[in-house]
Amino acid sequence: MPETARAAILGRLHAAAGSGSALPALGKILPGPLSSKGWSPAERLTRLRRAMEAVKTEFLEATEEGWPEAVHDFLVSEGAKKVAYGPATEAGRALAAAFPPGTLPELVPYDRPVEELKGALFTDIDAGFTAVRSAIAETGSLVLWPSPEEPRLLSLVPPLHVALLSSATIRETFLETIREEGWARRMPANALLISGPSKTADIEQTLAYGVHGPKRLVVVLV
Amino acid sequence: MSAETGATDFHASSSKALLDPSLRANFRRAMDGLMAKRAAQFPDPAEWNALRDLAASVRTRALAKLPELLETLEAKCVANGLKVHWAATTDEANAIVLAILRDHGATRLVKGKSMVSEEMHLNDFLSANGVESLETDLGEYIIQLDGETPSHIIMPAIHKNKQQIARLFGQKIRDAVYTEDVDALTATARRVLRQKFFEAEAGLSGVNFAVAETGTLCLVENEGNGRMSTHVPPIHIAVMGLEKVVERLEDVPPLLTVLTRSATGQPISTYFNMITAPRGPGEKDGPREVHLVILDNGRSRIFSDSELQVTLRCIRCGACMNYCPVYTRIGGHAYEAIYPGPIGMILTPQIEGLKRRHELPHASSLCHACTEICPVEIPITRLLVRLRKEAAQPPAGSKVLDAGGGRSRLEDLAWAGWQAAHTSPLLYRVMGTALRLFGPLAPRGLPLLNAWTKSRTVPKRAKRTLQDLVREKGIPDA
Ligand code: SF4
Repeated sequence: MPETARAAILGRLHAAAGSGSALPALGKILPGPLSSKGWSPAERLTRLRRAMEAVKTEFLEATEEGWPEAVHDFLVSEGAKKVAYGPATEAGRALAAAFPPGTLPELVPYDRPVEELKGALFTDIDAGFTAVRSAIAETGSLVLWPSPEEPRLLSLVPPLHVALLSSATIRETFLETIREEGWARRMPANALLISGPSKTADIEQTLAYGVHGPKRLVVVLV
Repeated sequence: MSAETGATDFHASSSKALLDPSLRANFRRAMDGLMAKRAAQFPDPAEWNALRDLAASVRTRALAKLPELLETLEAKCVANGLKVHWAATTDEANAIVLAILRDHGATRLVKGKSMVSEEMHLNDFLSANGVESLETDLGEYIIQLDGETPSHIIMPAIHKNKQQIARLFGQKIRDAVYTEDVDALTATARRVLRQKFFEAEAGLSGVNFAVAETGTLCLVENEGNGRMSTHVPPIHIAVMGLEKVVERLEDVPPLLTVLTRSATGQPISTYFNMITAPRGPGEKDGPREVHLVILDNGRSRIFSDSELQVTLRCIRCGACMNYCPVYTRIGGHAYEAIYPGPIGMILTPQIEGLKRRHELPHASSLCHACTEICPVEIPITRLLVRLRKEAAQPPAGSKVLDAGGGRSRLEDLAWAGWQAAHTSPLLYRVMGTALRLFGPLAPRGLPLLNAWTKSRTVPKRAKRTLQDLVREKGIPDA
């Protein structure tokens, strides 16, 4: 049956194709928000922060060498007990060096299939740590490509998401990001734009944070 | 709903809605809020016009190549490891979803927001077949708890105020205490639904854009329930209307920006989730299987009419609802349709047929607000007029479902009379005189006249006609 549905649907569409509007000229216009902005690195950072802070994202400023300690100290001050992370990434290794074994918070490596970690992930883990690939100044978005080393649920299930961002990777727009990074040639299984903590306005349009995903998003900026 | 024709009665349902002050207040407040937020996102008219031209051109190009793009999308998705299914009708789509679930013995499904699944009445179908199909978008969850349907395509529970939601949670959710605090209500839903995400054997979502070039399914959301539904359970089923395809990855940013800004006045949604493949080698999470169900349900018929085809440009932003003076006053349920408001008035009659839905294209004052606000430049009002004609006097070879389905003998007769009177000078004079003398005596209860005068004052005819006055001035007949 599905095969006949396919043939029937495509048959109808092919028979009718060309009856509609003429093909519009491509690249006729590149309006403001999509074309190059000419923003300096400083301006990109300012815009990113402004957009993200407007939706309750927190920023933690740190240095190239000192960020693992900064993350550690922040999580201590938050009273976090268990922090999930990807141990095989460069950032993961640097992070682990700042967390003395046997002390809190404890680092929980996300290094096995979710089926073996799901219970802990949904109930025990206080925070998830990931690096981000780049960021988008215009909309205030972090770009993540989850991977075998840094799984998808790290940035979703724990109530706090700590994301490491190098300010040198902030781009102007989403279109620029797709183009410059050549996404169309190598889309990962999952790509994400994250622009704040989880939120909803479904009750009387009143904004409420932390509905299903992380209640807090903390960007560690280096 | 009329028993013989199955036609819905928009007059009755809208009149009823108008008498509900709390409903009207809920919608007025919500639509005012949404309009203000949207307007703040497009402060520069030149930028707005350029952006919507671009977004419209992306959608137009996609439709111009629709069958080819669907074939490319299918090939790409299959190469990426997805399973692709085609459904001509909603029954077929339901059967496909159920078969996938049965294959895996899955009885618990978590759902992200999907209007196509509403079109399929998937929840009812699955629960009749022993599957718990749970809405997880907060608004959808609220209305599912109350056994209702969405009243807005973006804000499904917008017809309810927090007192109503508080009472509902108190009644339906175990250990929920009555509270009108929105954060507390949200926290209650979070607690219940996290357990459901954890247990679910399958997840289902809609699709905002499907990219043919890369075989990528894009999902726009704020809550994270869409990511939960598509990434936590071992199976992900995505359902999409066949018009959702775009050609290239670079087509996505212009559509995304007009979508979130038009829909909720946000520069971007919290999450933009691009799914290209199931869990890959070495990946620790993500679904092991991803299925894409491509639904027709009348869309290929809409596609075959060169004027009505633009209906398929729609990106479901809901802005035309927010700006519609009729929708704002009567709310979404009065349309008795999956898609309410202006987009619903053009889409629903084309999907369900003019016999059942011939009233919907009339649920508009043709004020043009929807057409001006539509980010993909759908000439909604022009299509409304076209569908009114299709319902009453369809052209030969009409492609609209149940064309002529709104015909009434009486109305045809009345117009035939009107035409005769206006093409014969003699008849015109006789009728004019008769109306002047006896018109005021006509009983108000006459059909047609009754409908016309219920909400309008009867025009008073002048004592002397314009023709008489003109002749008196000595101007000769042409
Ligand atoms: S018709 Fe236009 S304004 Fe209405 S929902 Fe569709 S895209 Fe939005």
